[in-house]
Amino acid sequence: MKEDLNIRVTGEAGQGMKTIGSVLGKVFKEAGFYVFSNLDYMSRIRGGNNFYQLRIATAPKSCPKEKIDLLIPLTKEALHLHKDSLDKDGLAVVDKEEFKLDECKSYICIDYFKLARKAGGSDLYINSVCSGILAAMSGIDLEIVKKVLYEMFTRKSKEIVEKNVKAAELGYNQTSENNSSSQLKLAKPSGSPKYILDGKQAVALGAISAGCKFYSAYPMSPSTGVMDTIARYMDKFGIIVEQAEDEIAAVNMAIGASVTGVRAMTSTSGGGFALMGEGISLAGMTETPLVVGNFQRPGPATGFPTRTEQADLNLVLGAGHGEFAKIIFAPGTIEESFYLTKKAFNMAEKYQIPAIILSDQFLADSARNINKLDFDSEAIERNILSVKEAKAINKYKRYELTTSGISPRAIFSRIDDVIYIDSDEHTEEGHITEDADVRIKMVEKRFQKKMDALLDEFIDPTVYNLVRAETVLFCFGSVLGPLRECLEEINDPNLAMVHLSQVWPINSQKIKALVKNKKRVFSVENNAEGQLAKLLHRETGIRVNGSILKYDGRPFTLESLIKQLKDVVSS
Amino acid sequence: MELQEYKSKDPIAWCPGCGNFGILNAVKKSLAKLDQPPQKTLFVSGIGQAAKLPHYIRANCFNGLHGRALPVAAAAKMVNPDLQVIVDTGDGDCYGEGGNHFIHNIRRNIDITVIVHNNQIYGLTKGQASPTSEPGMKTKVQSNGVVLNRFNSLAVAIAAGCGFVARGFSRQIENLSNIIVEAIKYRGFSLVEVMQPCVSFNKINTYDWYAERLYDVGESGSYDPNQLQTALSKALEWGDKIPMGIIYNSPHKTYLEKLEFGNILVNQQNNDINGIFEDFA
Repeated sequence: MKEDLNIRVTGEAGQGMKTIGSVLGKVFKEAGFYVFSNLDYMSRIRGGNNFYQLRIATAPKSCPKEKIDLLIPLTKEALHLHKDSLDKDGLAVVDKEEFKLDECKSYICIDYFKLARKAGGSDLYINSVCSGILAAMSGIDLEIVKKVLYEMFTRKSKEIVEKNVKAAELGYNQTSENNSSSQLKLAKPSGSPKYILDGKQAVALGAISAGCKFYSAYPMSPSTGVMDTIARYMDKFGIIVEQAEDEIAAVNMAIGASVTGVRAMTSTSGGGFALMGEGISLAGMTETPLVVGNFQRPGPATGFPTRTEQADLNLVLGAGHGEFAKIIFAPGTIEESFYLTKKAFNMAEKYQIPAIILSDQFLADSARNINKLDFDSEAIERNILSVKEAKAINKYKRYELTTSGISPRAIFSRIDDVIYIDSDEHTEEGHITEDADVRIKMVEKRFQKKMDALLDEFIDPTVYNLVRAETVLFCFGSVLGPLRECLEEINDPNLAMVHLSQVWPINSQKIKALVKNKKRVFSVENNAEGQLAKLLHRETGIRVNGSILKYDGRPFTLESLIKQLKDVVSS
Repeated sequence: MELQEYKSKDPIAWCPGCGNFGILNAVKKSLAKLDQPPQKTLFVSGIGQAAKLPHYIRANCFNGLHGRALPVAAAAKMVNPDLQVIVDTGDGDCYGEGGNHFIHNIRRNIDITVIVHNNQIYGLTKGQASPTSEPGMKTKVQSNGVVLNRFNSLAVAIAAGCGFVARGFSRQIENLSNIIVEAIKYRGFSLVEVMQPCVSFNKINTYDWYAERLYDVGESGSYDPNQLQTALSKALEWGDKIPMGIIYNSPHKTYLEKLEFGNILVNQQNNDINGIFEDFA
């Protein structure tokens, strides 16, 4: 009996792998399994080869696997491209007639193209045929598939729903008839969490839950899903979602909305983030709260538009010319993507600074089933003067010098006085100045005082096996899932993980305490330079013994990372 | 309201004789005529000599980045429609650095007023060509004379769908303030381009140069600013005669009207996602 199954659905762009993937994810989740999916797709709308990979298990999983237990190719080319990835007892379900194969001994043959056309009159119904096939192979009740299809297509016409259900039935029946039922021999699941979210949806829900009322962005993979998800709920929550003419407009609009008193956010990927640099500096100078998501993809320039990398750490650390305080979160999980987005809004308003969320394509496009999130955590703290407090102020100074460096923040028309805000160096009143003494005080206010306070807010890293181990592996952002699963798999008492979900500012004392008396330190990063290792050295003096790096545009996999970890152990 | 209400204490940093003084006075007069409370008025600007204007008025001010006043202003109005949002910008700021935002915020049609101080030269960076400089004008950079075509902002604005397009002259303060009043009253993106000499760097387009050429389209008594084709041909006029006054004035639905978005976002609190979370079950 298998406790962990890796399924890959693959074909050309436009064949609907994503839909199959989400149907399958829900079916197995409903049947009580843990699911973990990730997307590998090309930057094209039709053709090429994409795949959707789904791990189904009786315990939570968080790392993509290379070896496949079940392959569902939707084209002959996809079969040839991926069949070598089949595990030794792996299975492939093929359409012999459609792919014009001579024999079918090594595969499970089902006419899914014919069945799709029969049920719905179009190849698009392969989605539902496949869900029927898989249900039969893994011994899942057809009723579960039907329930999922009804729910998923509820917004479509009744006819479309019925055709999908029919397609699933045909797939289920043919699989049963040719004795392929229950081939997958899955262990009995013990139940699993109810909700399925991916990283970008979690960020979007975090923003809505934080009371974000304005979201402006320019579409850019892999960040666009955040805009899609917020737009889906814009009417319900009274949110303006505006597609800006470029990323420069997007960040300046978010600043305009924020300075006028609403919580505002923008997201993009590296190239767009580079364009936002001046805007982030503007938020720093004008002390305007701002939340920016950077969903990394491999660069430089256009790079791999739809793939993953963690090579923008240096970019976000240096985002914005000049010196000012900012905070950077690098969530490692779906849950952290939600909570840290909420926290980013609170930190941005508490300190009147830009807060950056550093995610990537792998985390953005990976989905897992999770328990209900705690919506009451990170309660909204606006840190804006109430109308009553504002009324008590006679002469308002937007940049009043205080011991904390934070000036009471009033909002246009919510105070009897007027407010001056400037991107030039400014006086306490907000007027342009070139005075050297004022300059020094303002730099200390915007930069040092806020940075000192932010250090005290440093989020403790997530640690694994730190007490016993002599070798510590540092990582940030999306590497958490793959690294933790690999360490659990290897089960080497000598290996520990430290995951940073806050990469700026770094509390040096806390980090140094974590590696005290440890023999060796490594970093595990999805980039070529070892950017985290360099940051650690610069901020804490800790020098890594080496880095485990991956920069092929793909996330770490169970097989590759375990091999690299074993090499480290034996080195 | 009295003009005194709009007096700022910030000392003015413009050159003596600058056309900006006339524009500043006209803007204050317009606010006084409209009884516009300073607390409910927001001036947004980018960078340049024009962009300093908000400091010299007692009203809310956001003086942001070069070329980026429009996106800030648009978003401010979107989230708080109770604010009267006015952009002060120049030919370099608005048509050069911010050209993309100029086109797309006209398309967006948010209810803001944009006053472009057009002196046909870069003042703050000391005398380079601007998008509206006369072809042939020699500068330190354009030492063989400007070879790029002059950007016809009014025609571009009309073509992009702007419903209120006007031109004023910084020396005719009363007339300019009346134009600005109409622009502020207009619901949607209103563009007021103000011809203004740069006494330090532009030796061609002087007070006299403009005075000889500018004429008011309203003088004839028969001009109808609600006609798109007529307005477009007026906007294209440039030479011995340059039209001013309200060139195009036609009602267009605004962004918020089209969305039927009645919420004033700055007052909104709703963030309970319990209901929608079930969509992810």
